[in-house]
Amino acid sequence: MNIIEKILAKASDRSDVNPGEIIEANIDKVMANDITAPLAVKAFKDMGGKKVWNKEGIILVLDHLVPANRDRSAELHMLLRGFVREQKIKYFYDVGRGGVCHQIMMENHVKPGEVIVGGDSHTCTYGAIGAFATGIGSTEVASVFLTGKLWFKVPKAINIVVKGKLKQPIAPKDLILYIIGQFKADGVTYMGVKFSGKAIRDTSIDGRMTLCNMVVEMGAKNGIIEPDEKTALYLKERRLTPFDFIKDDADAKYYKTVYYDASELEPMVACPFTVDNVKPVSEVDNVEVDQAVIGSCTNGRLEDLRLAAQIFRNKKVKRGVRVLIIPSSQKVYVDAMNEGLLETFIKAGALICNPCCGPCYGGHLGLLAAEEVCISTTNRNFVGRMGSPTAKIYLASPATVASSALTGRITDPRYKDG
Amino acid sequence: MEIWGKALKYGSDINTDVIIPGQFLVLTNSEELAKHAMEGLDLEFHKKVKERKIIVAEKNFGCGSSREQAPIALKYAGVRCILAHSFARIFYRNAVNVGLPVLECGKVVMRILDGDELYINPKTGIIKNISRDVEFKVNPVPDFLLEIMEMGLVKFIREKRKK
Ligand code: SF4
Repeated sequence: MNIIEKILAKASDRSDVNPGEIIEANIDKVMANDITAPLAVKAFKDMGGKKVWNKEGIILVLDHLVPANRDRSAELHMLLRGFVREQKIKYFYDVGRGGVCHQIMMENHVKPGEVIVGGDSHTCTYGAIGAFATGIGSTEVASVFLTGKLWFKVPKAINIVVKGKLKQPIAPKDLILYIIGQFKADGVTYMGVKFSGKAIRDTSIDGRMTLCNMVVEMGAKNGIIEPDEKTALYLKERRLTPFDFIKDDADAKYYKTVYYDASELEPMVACPFTVDNVKPVSEVDNVEVDQAVIGSCTNGRLEDLRLAAQIFRNKKVKRGVRVLIIPSSQKVYVDAMNEGLLETFIKAGALICNPCCGPCYGGHLGLLAAEEVCISTTNRNFVGRMGSPTAKIYLASPATVASSALTGRITDPRYKDG
Repeated sequence: MEIWGKALKYGSDINTDVIIPGQFLVLTNSEELAKHAMEGLDLEFHKKVKERKIIVAEKNFGCGSSREQAPIALKYAGVRCILAHSFARIFYRNAVNVGLPVLECGKVVMRILDGDELYINPKTGIIKNISRDVEFKVNPVPDFLLEIMEMGLVKFIREKRKK
């Protein structure tokens, strides 16, 4: 069996499973945030739920509307605080205690080999350390609150082998954008995606999270990377012990295996209005930008901020461009502060926002006016995703976004001054 | 379950952000959400859906976010069923769970034009284009899903717990 089948077999107490089979899995952890959990709480009550299946298996995070931007968001937060008190939910990340839900999960909760579901499509991020994790809707979140179980169809899986080396400032974001451009938005619908090969082994856990985060943009059910020494170190540093590594069997089967070479990659940009509309930066480098955003569950981690700070050091953001830096958690915020990155950003003329989703999904903080152009490290560029339906969003790596902020137009980070 | 109605056609990759834009996710009431259904894509939607209650779309319908508010908004806006060439995974599950019938149809959707009168039976996978007098067979919805699709997951679980 492959890593995905092995995890699902274990979770459903079976000796083996095959793609296409429907199984019922025991869920290790379920996550929901401030726009998906309120509906789940309501559904939980409507189902006749009195007590959750495991008060330590539920993680609730406020991140989409943080701090509350209006009375209605404050009410959603209040509703969740009430649920947390009533059910004695152990892990609740209130305003000022957490950050973007997926980052919080990866810093404090996810372990390899676990089955984790989340009321958010980017739950697939957790495959970065070898967990099976996928997004679900609020009603299913409620059913997991109640029973701790969920049905899945065992997915067909593809193996994406990336050889060669990512040459800085080319980043994992450029790689995943390139791959999405090849597969297109529905290229791997319902399937599992494993990343492997030398370039993946060489990629940090932060970078692996960026890769797994975006597999849903080509329709995948989950993304996954076999755990290794980097994973072990990551887990030990966060005291996520003990842990158990599940990997492919020697005779593991994949529906398809595809190969890429990271050494040949250029900086890539996803152009409006679909994530699969991917072009090399050289084809869009005359586009002027009004706003640049560095943050989100895709690219708001320490490594991303370091990459951006390198570019901003002793430079000024171009007049007329506003830059939002959004660390993806309180921990990332402190780490960035201790390394002096925040000062670099401030001196360059960037605004540092609180850890949260920011403008990423268009509900809060830093939205765009009609016809404005934004270059962003986030993961979606759909119509209206960041405010006005006529605003345009280009998705790129932290290096490309930072370089573009300095010049005022989309800029190849390899030639940032020019 | 049998469904009748007229087709309302849309294209590929209709994402949940256009079905219900992010700014409305603070709403928890289904009727209120319904008022903003498809607001990111088609400002005429509400007028159209009065007449044409079966969405017929191309590939990857409902891609993007896991927001269940998307199928809820469509259902309460009056949509009776969605036929698509293919669906995004989370949207498909969400639609079933909120009790909005969905049927994956492949190329069949090309043979349905806007306004065509349709008959749909998810249990048998039979779709009739009454306007053009043709019948198609697609993969039927598996029984266990059909049951959830008929009553929605909340009621399904409530009933099961009673037993
Ligand atoms: S950062 Fe963006 S994509 Fe990630 S959870 Fe928040 S809104 Fe969703």
